[in-house]
Amino acid sequence: MFDNLILGFSVALSLQNLMYCFLGVFVGTAIGVLPGIGPLVTIAMLLPITFNLAPIPALIMLAGIYYGAQYGGSTTAILVNLPGETASVITCLDGYQMARQGRAGPALAIAAVGSFVAGCVGTLLIALAGPPLAEAALKFGAPEYFSLMLMALIAAAVLAHGDMVKSLAMVFLGLLFGIIGTDVNSGMARFSFGLPELTDGIGFTIVAVGLFAVSEIVKNLESGGEEKHEVFTKNITHIYPTRADIKASFWPVVRGTGVGAFFGALPGTGPSIAAFSTYMVEKKMAKDPSRFGKGAIEGVAGPEAANNAAAQTAFIPTLTLGIPGSATMALMLGALTIQGIAPGPQVMTQKPDLFWGLIASMWIGNAMLVILNLPLVGLWVKLLQIPYRWLFPSIIMFCAVGNYSINNSPMDLYLVAIAGILGYVLVKLECEPAPLILGYVLGPLMEENLRRALLISRGDPTVFFTRPISLSFMIASMLILIFMVLPAIRKKKEQALEEGGG
Amino acid sequence: MKDLANNKDFLAGLLLLVIGAGGFYMALDYPFGSALRMGPGYFPRVLAGILMAFGVFVLVRGILKFEAVKGRWGWKPLAFIIVSLVAFGWIMDKWGLVPALVVMFIVSALGGHEFKWKEVLILTVVMSAFAVGVFVYGLGLPYPLWPGSY
Repeated sequence: MFDNLILGFSVALSLQNLMYCFLGVFVGTAIGVLPGIGPLVTIAMLLPITFNLAPIPALIMLAGIYYGAQYGGSTTAILVNLPGETASVITCLDGYQMARQGRAGPALAIAAVGSFVAGCVGTLLIALAGPPLAEAALKFGAPEYFSLMLMALIAAAVLAHGDMVKSLAMVFLGLLFGIIGTDVNSGMARFSFGLPELTDGIGFTIVAVGLFAVSEIVKNLESGGEEKHEVFTKNITHIYPTRADIKASFWPVVRGTGVGAFFGALPGTGPSIAAFSTYMVEKKMAKDPSRFGKGAIEGVAGPEAANNAAAQTAFIPTLTLGIPGSATMALMLGALTIQGIAPGPQVMTQKPDLFWGLIASMWIGNAMLVILNLPLVGLWVKLLQIPYRWLFPSIIMFCAVGNYSINNSPMDLYLVAIAGILGYVLVKLECEPAPLILGYVLGPLMEENLRRALLISRGDPTVFFTRPISLSFMIASMLILIFMVLPAIRKKKEQALEEGGG
Repeated sequence: MKDLANNKDFLAGLLLLVIGAGGFYMALDYPFGSALRMGPGYFPRVLAGILMAFGVFVLVRGILKFEAVKGRWGWKPLAFIIVSLVAFGWIMDKWGLVPALVVMFIVSALGGHEFKWKEVLILTVVMSAFAVGVFVYGLGLPYPLWPGSY
């Protein structure tokens, strides 16, 4: 492992990669600070541009944007009570209260340090868990891969927020869109509407930008005027937390890291659920739970550690198995594919410089964030004052130029427009686009493995249940489905009982 | 049942059903094959079938339990943003980057809450210069800047 990490650091510490890492965390933090533009939109909008870079700097920069946005989100949560992205909603609860009491400095410092500790542990976990997982995955055959992807998709749809039935439907919609293009086995063009541009399939970045960036902008514009925010910066008297603060935060950070690392590695759950669970744990364990929501430092330290740990460990299934657990990870995987690298367990052995370089860069990036975040708070706060009417045309610009640059084809922009309309309609009808993008990424792989599995078994579908590893993935998928259906039944029962009793 | 045009699940179900049916119909042209040797039509037809089933389920659920679409539909901002994207692609291909950016900024800004010419023009100039600097000079994308520079 140490040889690998040394290789990683030698890659990540090259001047060029350090620069892209810095650029990534800087841009990520800046955009994470801006309300209404989360990590997903940021990555979707900058993804096409990284196509013009070499694979290693491209991925290092994207990863930097991802966890930078995570950091930036908590800064605004504490100072303005505005979560820059969903995972920092929890940080608002106690962080903003601390800021109102004049303790914005310690809140920001604890958030940064907690995130850094969690980020280090997360990075170490990837380095530890990666090789054995990839080794196991290399032995997977087609049936195992199919079952694993099925499980990942079901988990992502069911555990994500929103309506479960519609999320599952979105997975299938994504799988169906994934078919567009030429069938590898027969060479037949499917769903191409007679357009030669569609025989290669719809570019991944087109779908991502349409579904996430365009729909998000329109959603922000549909309601009334702009909001004004009150910023608590004049109250920053001291930055350093007191000894009592550190003592109170130590165990919450440790627990948050554990909870976050666990949820991050699971498909479908991510930083948001991790932060929320940690907050609940801390509240339960506190001697005086009534302090929570009124500026308890544990309520900042725990969730901040959790969301950053989860952000790191989310890379484990993505990098080692080639199976993304969340929409953001699907975008990272898409970035690999755009660079011509087939995602999967072979990445680690065939491109060790990329894999370990990325991991080392995450640690470096986390360190940069601690250094960057505190002194630059003033700058981040200034960014908040940029009105949205200047921001959204600029976001559109990145989306437009980026997507044009991939094929130099106006057709791609027409497709972005169509994907944008679809994305907005889906969001309005409360159909989550995140499961759709997962289905879209995994669709072609699933078909390929399904065909191969059934070819091996001579058309016998029991192959998925007779091989032990595949069987366990199938059982897990079933359990997830049953487990999530149960509370619904219970709730219905309760409703019926209430109506009957009342 | 109330208003079907504002019924969230009815509309979602209908959308799924229409896409599923369209996909199924198109996939009828592709050979189905068998489970052992799947043709190119196998996977799409199965998926489209499942999607239609989801569509029916969600649609019926919507009829049984009315839930309105939340908030207003932002057709106006959607239209401006879509037009700005299409215009960018079209003009970029014909006349180059700078005219495409100018049209894109002005059209998309029209989709916002307030539109001040002075502000939009400054934004257009500053961001276009930024885009030309980053994309053409920084990343070296081979785009003509003006009409006639092809």
